[in-house]
Amino acid sequence: MINTIPIHYFLLLSAMLFTIGMLGVIFRRNALIVFMSIELMLNAVNLTLVTFSRFRGDSSGHVIAFLVMAVAAAEAAVGLAIIINIFRHKKVVNIDTMDRMKY
Amino acid sequence: MSNTALLSSIVLLPLLGALINGLFAGRLPRRVVEVIACSTVIVSFLFSLKAFLQLMALPVGAREIHAHLYNWVAVGNFRFDVAFYLDPLSSMMSLIITGVGGLIHVYSAGYMSHDPSYGRYFSYLNLFTFSMLSLVLGNNILLMFLGWEGVGLCSYLLIGFWFTDVQKAKAGKKAFIVNRIGDLAFIVGVGLLLGLADGNLDFTYLRKVTALRTLYLDPMMVKGICLAFFIGATGKSAQIPLYVWLPDAMAGPTPVSALIHAATMVTAGIYMIARLNFMYALAPEVLTLIAGVGAATALFAATIGIVQRDIKKVLAYSTVSQLGYMFLAVGMGAYTAAMFHLMTHAFFKACLFLGSGSVIHSLHGEQDIIKMGGLRKKMPVTALTFLTATMAISGVPLFAGFFSKDEILWKAFTNAHAGMTTVYWGKIFFVVGLIAALCTAFYMFRLYFLTFEGEYRGPKETEKTIHESPVSMTLALVVLAFLSVVGGYVQIGFAHVHLLEDWLAPVFAVGSLNVVETMGHSWEYATMAMSVAIAGVGIGAAYYLYMGAGTKIPARMMEAAPRLYNFVWNKYKIDELYQVVFVGTYRSFAHFSHRFADAFVIDFLGVRGTGALAQGIGRVIGRLQNGDVQRYLVVFVVGLTLILYLWLQ
Repeated sequence: MINTIPIHYFLLLSAMLFTIGMLGVIFRRNALIVFMSIELMLNAVNLTLVTFSRFRGDSSGHVIAFLVMAVAAAEAAVGLAIIINIFRHKKVVNIDTMDRMKY
Repeated sequence: MSNTALLSSIVLLPLLGALINGLFAGRLPRRVVEVIACSTVIVSFLFSLKAFLQLMALPVGAREIHAHLYNWVAVGNFRFDVAFYLDPLSSMMSLIITGVGGLIHVYSAGYMSHDPSYGRYFSYLNLFTFSMLSLVLGNNILLMFLGWEGVGLCSYLLIGFWFTDVQKAKAGKKAFIVNRIGDLAFIVGVGLLLGLADGNLDFTYLRKVTALRTLYLDPMMVKGICLAFFIGATGKSAQIPLYVWLPDAMAGPTPVSALIHAATMVTAGIYMIARLNFMYALAPEVLTLIAGVGAATALFAATIGIVQRDIKKVLAYSTVSQLGYMFLAVGMGAYTAAMFHLMTHAFFKACLFLGSGSVIHSLHGEQDIIKMGGLRKKMPVTALTFLTATMAISGVPLFAGFFSKDEILWKAFTNAHAGMTTVYWGKIFFVVGLIAALCTAFYMFRLYFLTFEGEYRGPKETEKTIHESPVSMTLALVVLAFLSVVGGYVQIGFAHVHLLEDWLAPVFAVGSLNVVETMGHSWEYATMAMSVAIAGVGIGAAYYLYMGAGTKIPARMMEAAPRLYNFVWNKYKIDELYQVVFVGTYRSFAHFSHRFADAFVIDFLGVRGTGALAQGIGRVIGRLQNGDVQRYLVVFVVGLTLILYLWLQ
């Protein structure tokens, strides 16, 4: 059944997810939302990888998708730890207050 | 004693004396310092005499003694040795330097007897003798240049010997700076010659390749080199335009004036040109220029000498004038005549300076001849020797100066060498020389009459203390006065005595281009009669104006033409002119350099400018890094999109 859906549907969905994630990263202030947006972008990429893998009959795309998931899990763990630490320190996780590293 | 040891001891003994006195004078008694200083030079004189005799024993064509000490520089083609070269010319010079120098050292022991810095003084004086000897005896131009700079340094040190007096320190500085201008030209000449002669600057080599034409010598280059060396000589030998330092150099102790600024150092330029005569033979135009400058200087300085009141200033201008005579002779290609006058001048001018030193010593520093007078009765030896030397310089017959000056004038009169055939420059120079001789006889006898004859015009209280100088001082005076009389008998043109000419002939064989217009003996006697008459007129005028009936006339002349008098009294305002033209220009250039090049370009634009530029750029660019991660991302995305867009196109 899945073979009856044309490939550009998957790719369009992936592009939309990626764009939503990217806009979230750029425009949202809450660090947690930004974080979630990053996850969204990663998953959009995963979707693309899996789609191409499936349609080309080449399983290496799947492998990379798993790799991305693993990295994303690790990143989530580290990133959340950092955000929690910032929250403890500043009592706020708005990303526009985190501009100490500048000229 | 080997040749090397002989020649090296001539040069190095005074250096030894300079080192001992320079380093240990403070711990040695005055008498020991004096003995060391005098004995080194006197022994050096004895060695010079021995070398002279050895040279004389050799056959005429082979009168050369070489002494190689060690290799100084060896770079590629360039090879310079520290080696000494004795030929008739350098032998003659070394005898004059050590002989007159030795007498002046002995004299100095008396003259400086009241001065606390005698150790420094004798150390400098010995160092000077060493430098002058290495100038004269060096076998290549580089060693000559070393001596050349050395005598310049000693001259500076000794002019500013009493450096606590600012005027004297300034006089020393002036002498040094003016000499540097000439020395720069000398260095340029050495550099050019180095290129031309494949890095070999030995005099013997240069003479050989010039004479045999085995080396291609670009004529323009040779002229340039000769001109550069001549400019160097105008500095050291006080010729127009660089003579201005010599009158000021009288700030030094008087024996120094006698040794350095009359007898030896200032003749270095003449020696140098005589030494390089073979090269000057290829540049007749430069020779004509030299003769012109010499004649002009001879007359110019003599006219200034007429009105000066400082006893040493008169002698200083007289020295400049006599050096002009020597350059006149050199320019005529009459090197023997130049060297002859150099020698007699060394005798009588040293005697005059030492005599003036004796007067100044006795009058406790008074130098104004208007405040002197009648000193003959108090100082008979000084007066007699001074008179003898005055007669020698004025050209009174049978005194040394008469023969040498006459030789130069005769050579000028008969001159017809290649550079001057079209115009009778020789005749013009002869007339100029005669007028200068008239001035010389006048101002020298004016000096003598005002100083030694008539009544004492100074303050009464000093009159009682006037005394004849000690034997150490009068000894030198007597010897030099004696030489001022007999020194001329080595070369008497009309009597066919040619001792000096024969002696120096091998040295000047290549360079003597004094193409003599053949003129009979009657002409020779005529010119001689003219110069005798001229000397007589000068002496007579001086007697009339300062001793005889006309003693009121000089003051009246001063009143009649005060502007002219002041103009000459102020030495034609040449110092002021140089002050405005050269020093002023130099100062404004320095000011401009300071303001523009240094303060503006280097400091403002260069140093502070680069700093400010980096800071400014940093300040602008740094704004981009504002710490807002989301803005970075926007730029990143926009940039990536642009790249993808362009790439996919």
